[in-house]
Amino acid sequence: MEEIIISVVQRTLVAGTPLLLGTIGEIISERSGILNLGVEGVMAVGAVTAFIVTHHTGNPWLGLCAAIIAGMLISIVHAFASVSLQSNQVVSGLALTMLGLGLAGLLGKPYVGKPLAIKINAMPIPFLSDIPIVGPVIFNQSPFFYMAMLLAIGVWFMLEHTLLGIRIRSAGENPKATETQGVNVSLIRYLSVIGAGGFSAMAGAHLSISYSKSWIEGMTAGRGWIVIALTIFALWNPLRAVVGAFLFGGIFVLQYMLQPLGISPNFLAMLPYLATLLVLLVGGLRDSRRLNAPAMLAEPYRRGER
Amino acid sequence: MLHVKVSDREQISALGTFLTLVLALAAGMVAIGLLFMVSGVNPFFAFKKIFSGSFGSLYGFKETITKAIPLILIGGGLALVFKAKFWNIGAESQLLMGAIFGTWVGLNWGPSLPSPVIVPLMFLAGFLGGALWGLVPAILKLRFSINEVISTLMLNYICAEFLTLLIVGPWKSPKKFGFPYTDDLPDSAILSLLPGSRIHTATLIVAVVAVVVLTIVIYKTRFGYEVRVIGENPDAAKYAGIDFSRTTMLIMVISGGMAGLAGVGEVAGIHHYLSYPDSISSGYGFTAIIVAWLAKLNPIYVIFSGIFFAGILVGGDAIQISLGLPAATVAVFNGTLLIFLIMGDFFTKNKVRILAGERG
Amino acid sequence: MINISKSFHGVRANDNINVKVSSGEILGLLGENGAGKTTLMNILYGIYQPDAGEIRINGHRISIDSPKASIDHGIGMVHQHFMLVQNHTVIENIALGYAHAPWLFPQKKIRQRIVSFSEKFKFDIDPEKKIWQLSAGEQQRVEIIKALINGAGLLILDEPTSVLTPQETRDFFQVLEKMRKDGQMIILISHKLDEIKRLCDRVTVLRKGQVVGHADAGHLDKRTLARMMIGRDVIFSFSREKMPRKEKVLEVADVRVDGDKGYPVVNGISFAVYRNEIFGIAGVSGNGQRELAEAITGLRTVTHGQIRINDIDITNQSARKIHNTGVSHVPEERIRFGIAPNLFIYENAILKQHHQKKFSRRAFLAYGRIKAHTRQLIKDFQVATPSINVQTKNLSGGNIQKLILGREIADKPDLLVASHPTYGLDVGATEYLRNQLLRRRTEGGAVLLVSEDLDEIFELCDRIAVIFQGHFMGILESDDPRIADIGMMMAGTSDLKAGEGADASR
Repeated sequence: MEEIIISVVQRTLVAGTPLLLGTIGEIISERSGILNLGVEGVMAVGAVTAFIVTHHTGNPWLGLCAAIIAGMLISIVHAFASVSLQSNQVVSGLALTMLGLGLAGLLGKPYVGKPLAIKINAMPIPFLSDIPIVGPVIFNQSPFFYMAMLLAIGVWFMLEHTLLGIRIRSAGENPKATETQGVNVSLIRYLSVIGAGGFSAMAGAHLSISYSKSWIEGMTAGRGWIVIALTIFALWNPLRAVVGAFLFGGIFVLQYMLQPLGISPNFLAMLPYLATLLVLLVGGLRDSRRLNAPAMLAEPYRRGER
Repeated sequence: MLHVKVSDREQISALGTFLTLVLALAAGMVAIGLLFMVSGVNPFFAFKKIFSGSFGSLYGFKETITKAIPLILIGGGLALVFKAKFWNIGAESQLLMGAIFGTWVGLNWGPSLPSPVIVPLMFLAGFLGGALWGLVPAILKLRFSINEVISTLMLNYICAEFLTLLIVGPWKSPKKFGFPYTDDLPDSAILSLLPGSRIHTATLIVAVVAVVVLTIVIYKTRFGYEVRVIGENPDAAKYAGIDFSRTTMLIMVISGGMAGLAGVGEVAGIHHYLSYPDSISSGYGFTAIIVAWLAKLNPIYVIFSGIFFAGILVGGDAIQISLGLPAATVAVFNGTLLIFLIMGDFFTKNKVRILAGERG
Repeated sequence: MINISKSFHGVRANDNINVKVSSGEILGLLGENGAGKTTLMNILYGIYQPDAGEIRINGHRISIDSPKASIDHGIGMVHQHFMLVQNHTVIENIALGYAHAPWLFPQKKIRQRIVSFSEKFKFDIDPEKKIWQLSAGEQQRVEIIKALINGAGLLILDEPTSVLTPQETRDFFQVLEKMRKDGQMIILISHKLDEIKRLCDRVTVLRKGQVVGHADAGHLDKRTLARMMIGRDVIFSFSREKMPRKEKVLEVADVRVDGDKGYPVVNGISFAVYRNEIFGIAGVSGNGQRELAEAITGLRTVTHGQIRINDIDITNQSARKIHNTGVSHVPEERIRFGIAPNLFIYENAILKQHHQKKFSRRAFLAYGRIKAHTRQLIKDFQVATPSINVQTKNLSGGNIQKLILGREIADKPDLLVASHPTYGLDVGATEYLRNQLLRRRTEGGAVLLVSEDLDEIFELCDRIAVIFQGHFMGILESDDPRIADIGMMMAGTSDLKAGEGADASR
């Protein structure tokens, strides 16, 4: 029994890692005011880039770097459309998803069925991983997990306690006030969207060079959309996202395990989405101020003239 | 120094809009060609195959029409709601709900009723299912101020899981060798096809009629007028005394309902039983968004843009088989074209000039 | 600022303006809304760029192309509508624009600065509070700190007391006095004569985009200032023939209305308007007249009191019902509320009447009749357009206004509510519109005219009420000699005693 629990927790942390990474990025983007529905596509791009580069260079860390760069580059499309062209962010986000998924499938086709010789394995942390029970579960995880946790804390810190964070949040709440204080809102939004791309790509890379060591089309399996739900469920707070990511991840791990108990896995799979709606519902009933949604999310902002 | 000056464009002719569209699509095709080259595919061969696969042969053309049916139905409904600036991303699940309701009617009442009775009943049930599911995000927005993009996205997944639950559980057929499929619909409930094709004519007629009716409604009735004013200027709509709640709910009922009809069409016309969400809806709900957008939110034009994108889908299938390209190739098409359409849209609304000299 | 000019869409907002300020001095910028004061200051702050002219600091010519540049040059501005992020704390708002904020933990350093400012000016602001928790006066203090924290030598204040209570205003005056003693340069934009007289060392008066006068502290006379601001000695105009008073059309009884921020902006107003009469509400924008008009036309709820049309109670009825009772409305922001810009002219011509029988057959719009009606409308009201199949946004402002006016008047409503109908229009369109209002009056309608343009008020109105901070300062007949004080009433300095005004029905 105990082993089952440990295994479940371990797998939950693994499942939640890409979710957390993607969510951190999406939080930054949405807090600056840009809704980015392209996460699924960017994740796929990250996964395939990491795989291809690792395959050819034999160095998964190089693959990771390449993935992050690729994710950032492709996100420029959405940033350009949303910030400079002021187009409908829903439409351009969907375009990014389609393009990302498509490109990933196309570029990855020759690599299907050719697993990597090397991947990023779990890295136990000395001493800490020897702590009974807790040790092997938390401290014997893939480096992606450690990075995700550190980044979650780091980004939280950045948003709350640094000047950059205040500027990002203000750009999403009141771009006009932000602009009159001498801050370049467009630049902030560009950087936020591009940065979010890097995070999503990292999440994708985890899937192809750490979680598994192969590439198949459709690898992301809707995780990008879960990220979007998770961002809201976490109320745009990276620390809450940690809890949410592992909660959602846990549901997917438990999905089929609880079946013998008579709990339908499909019902369980519905829960994250229902939970997100519930969070919004409750927030909508009470004072929406507490909801923390960036006030100008998805509203295009044009600088200047009357 | 050079800088870019962007200003509102005052007037653009219908010809100008059309030309920009064509230009954008052409540019998109070029970009796709480049992407093909990068992936080691000969672009000219690929395009030729796509065209011949979708429009060049009779078989291909019939397939294109078959795939266009749901796109036209859903796209028409989306054109309506998008005109009011209500962003319904949930057509996928509204389709599925329609399929579920329709299948229930077909399986339970079908055996005892003749075709001319059961088929309309199925469509009605499908419309009801899609309409009810479409009403949910409307109410969530009106009552709880929940953004419809989020709620429709969430509802997509909730419905997909619900369908999966049904087909692996209570609705699972004992006769399908353990596959999670429902029973086949009774013969009376199966839609008749145009001979030599997979075109289920009943749905096709419904689609075209619906789109024509919708066009008339949008441009010639009081209701359509109110929808357009809400989309153009909600402040003016309020000033004009237009009932925002009632109109919003009504348009979502229509949009959801039309997607539901498409769902019935897919099950009763093509598959004949319910199975996994992805196979039933095949991404039509998302593709229809681009279809509506390309048609500039005019339901009549959806017929053309629906056929166009159906052609891409069929052509995508063709090169998948002949060139061994992955299914995701179609997504590249859709995504790239959409991006260029967005840029084209920008140019129809704005004049861009590159000037020399100081800013301001 | 030397020879500054700026136009928007062909309308001259600033015309060759010269302004000078020295340190330790408070300069007042006086004028009605639309005089160009805010535009001028927005140029100084870098939000707009001038079409012509230059700005000099200490004799050196400088160029300001963004708020950042302005801040760097030591200019700070407190806008009339606060530029604050409601959901954030005081510290976060101030950190946003603070040029020397540290990258890490900016809160610490800023908290210290806030505390030192608070002590200096006796501000008493809790740095941890969120903006939406603060009162208007406190929010303003945050804005002031924001402006001063970058070491602004010149502080621009745009209508600073417009949102303050009398007590907060008194506190505010003390703060300004202290700043002046410290050698601060201040430009104070205001339309309130009391303030200007009390605080300013010098005054520059703007009217319709031009400088019409300067004055020194010693020579400040409220009456002269008022005359400069509104540009005329009051002339009595009898171009209208007097008409006998007929039935009451509109009755407003002790009405109170809340503004967008949730507190009352109309504080118990009562009056009546009769047939064959144009009743004018004069006053500077922002004193409650917009909300009052919205309450009468059904776009805003009334928290207290009653509104009756032809003796039917329409208080808090829907806009459509009120419209059906015979009330038409030409809105203040005509593009924003009056039309759907991308729709065609004939589609906008029936915006509020589209559900009426004459334009629809059951569910369908009768385009034939609608288009005929539109053609008649643009002919009658001289709307210049190549055809009715043009998108409405392509018309000039004046023609849009004529279209809206025509649409509302063609119905021959019992009550026509017109808010700033000729604002921003050229002379021809203005004359035309005013004649149309007079015609409505002669035909037996009642007109409620809300305007800041005193030319218009005097030319058209039979009775005039002056609104200030949600009250009527008085209701006068147009031939009442006390009209000469109208400038002072608009600026809040004179209050007619009850019973002396023309508010009693005879």
